Amino acid sequence: MSSSATARTKGRPGGGVRTGRPHAAWVLPGVLFFTFFAVAPMVLALYLSFTKWNGLGDPQPVGLANWQKLIHDPRLTQSLTVTVLLTVVSWAFQTVLSLLLGVWAAGRQRNRAVLSAIFFVPFLLSSTAISLLFYALLDPNFGIIHGDTLGTTSGAFLAIVFVGGWQFIPFHTLIYQGGARQIPEVLYQAAAIDGAGRYRQFFSITLPQLRNTATTSSVLMIVGSLTYFETVLILTQGGPGTDTAILPYLMYESGFKSYDLGYASAIASFLVVAATALSLVLVKLSGFGNMRSTREGM
Amino acid sequence: MSHDTLRRPRPVKTTGRPSAARTAGRRRHWTRRPNPLAGIGSVLWLAVVIVPIYAMISSSLTHQDKALGKNALVPPTDPTFDNYNTVLHNGFGHLLLNTVIVAAAVVAIVLVLCIPLSYVAVRSRTFWSGAAFRLFLLGVAIPAQAVVVPLYLMIAKLNLYDSLLAVILPTAAFAMPVSVLILTGTLRDISEEMYEAMALDGASTTRMLFQLVIPMTKGGISTVVIYSSLQAWNGFLFPLIFTQSDGPRVLTLGLFNYVSQFGVNIPALLASVVLSGIPIFAVYLVARRALVGGLMGVGGK
Repeated sequence: MSSSATARTKGRPGGGVRTGRPHAAWVLPGVLFFTFFAVAPMVLALYLSFTKWNGLGDPQPVGLANWQKLIHDPRLTQSLTVTVLLTVVSWAFQTVLSLLLGVWAAGRQRNRAVLSAIFFVPFLLSSTAISLLFYALLDPNFGIIHGDTLGTTSGAFLAIVFVGGWQFIPFHTLIYQGGARQIPEVLYQAAAIDGAGRYRQFFSITLPQLRNTATTSSVLMIVGSLTYFETVLILTQGGPGTDTAILPYLMYESGFKSYDLGYASAIASFLVVAATALSLVLVKLSGFGNMRSTREGM
Repeated sequence: MSHDTLRRPRPVKTTGRPSAARTAGRRRHWTRRPNPLAGIGSVLWLAVVIVPIYAMISSSLTHQDKALGKNALVPPTDPTFDNYNTVLHNGFGHLLLNTVIVAAAVVAIVLVLCIPLSYVAVRSRTFWSGAAFRLFLLGVAIPAQAVVVPLYLMIAKLNLYDSLLAVILPTAAFAMPVSVLILTGTLRDISEEMYEAMALDGASTTRMLFQLVIPMTKGGISTVVIYSSLQAWNGFLFPLIFTQSDGPRVLTLGLFNYVSQFGVNIPALLASVVLSGIPIFAVYLVARRALVGGLMGVGGK
């Protein structure tokens, strides 16, 4: 209790700040910084897709040339197919395991806490480190799996799915764990009184209650699978042939190996459209948009 | 007395396990009974997680000439640190220093920009603050790949190519959306009464930021610190595209270059992977709850 505080109270009679609402201008530095480095480049990507640029000098406008080339590029169809397939298979693989592990880890037993701590470790390594680790482990002359896994189309594809899952399942497990812990205990008590067993409770209470969590996690997974770039670059280099060249890898190759950055921008614009669509889904479907406390009603 | 309590509010622990919740969990009938199926499943997953890590560590301790053709699951007969020496004598310290600088700068930028932003997003009722929040919601889904070409042009025009700043600035920008989500999540748990009490006390919004918001969101802030440093530590695409020479090379890019440098010396390659993970693992040991607790809230219910 200091006298200065009391004095200040008297010295500043009520006004707009009484309720403690800060001025909206405070968001400006953050918004400007983010707009400059993340939003503006998306617009710039669209512009660059109408230019020819080899990385040196200035981009030269070429109209629709890149887009025409893109539409007729057989690699695009293949790349889109692989990207969608990789996204769907990864989503299914990661969601099933994260959901089960997350609900399991939501229990507060000591052994579950210890195992959960270990389960999280892969998420700490970088995609680069993890890809290198599996690159070594899948090496036909060295690794733990014999045979040339990465040399076959299905082997390379499944390796990317597995490595992506190995890295990101810990994170999504955590999200599901958080979601499962927020399910009100009374629901389970009521179900138990009605005679519902463990599995019945899982399907009738846990799953429906985790709907929003699943939405958030799924959107993050789908967006995340667009970023399997490191894994593809290190594990398969898009191979065998171009069988695992996902869209971001195709973009990287066109842009920074063939130095056709205008063409790469056309591919990037594709990614922007996909990302924007996904993020709109995120805002619409998830609880993020609701300005509510997580503790409301508790 | 009341003034003191107001000015130094006790931070609500969102990261630890409050004892009340713990007791409530203990009462759960369905968690008390053993669940054999889940038990088996968890042990299987444990194997999936542990085996590659074990193989990595064990191989990194194997002599290079004995590694080829040897099953990576068999422990080395005479463990050696030679591979670690090889890595440490190939510029690992320099890579580490660069990465630490990048991570520290990214964390600083993210905190300075995101804390006021999240405070306004939660507290202000104006259209613009709501719009700012939505901008970052949309930002969650912007893949770095989609903007790397135009960013390359911008970085070149700004004369930042092949510098640490070229890595720091975009990495910080891309760490912001999730950081804002984490911070707004914790900020919403500060009750209206707290702000009103401080307002009665004559506090300006700036003072509220420093004496109420920041102390009360320590949990969220530490999550953001860990999250954004993890992003910086593990980032690969920006260093790959925006740097070229040895000077500003960071750890992930260094690892990638070791592939060509060490070639078939896979034990040395794996030793470098182990070394790159050790600092983050150390942070995890110390600050596990802050990280895990904060990320857990991302999904909501």
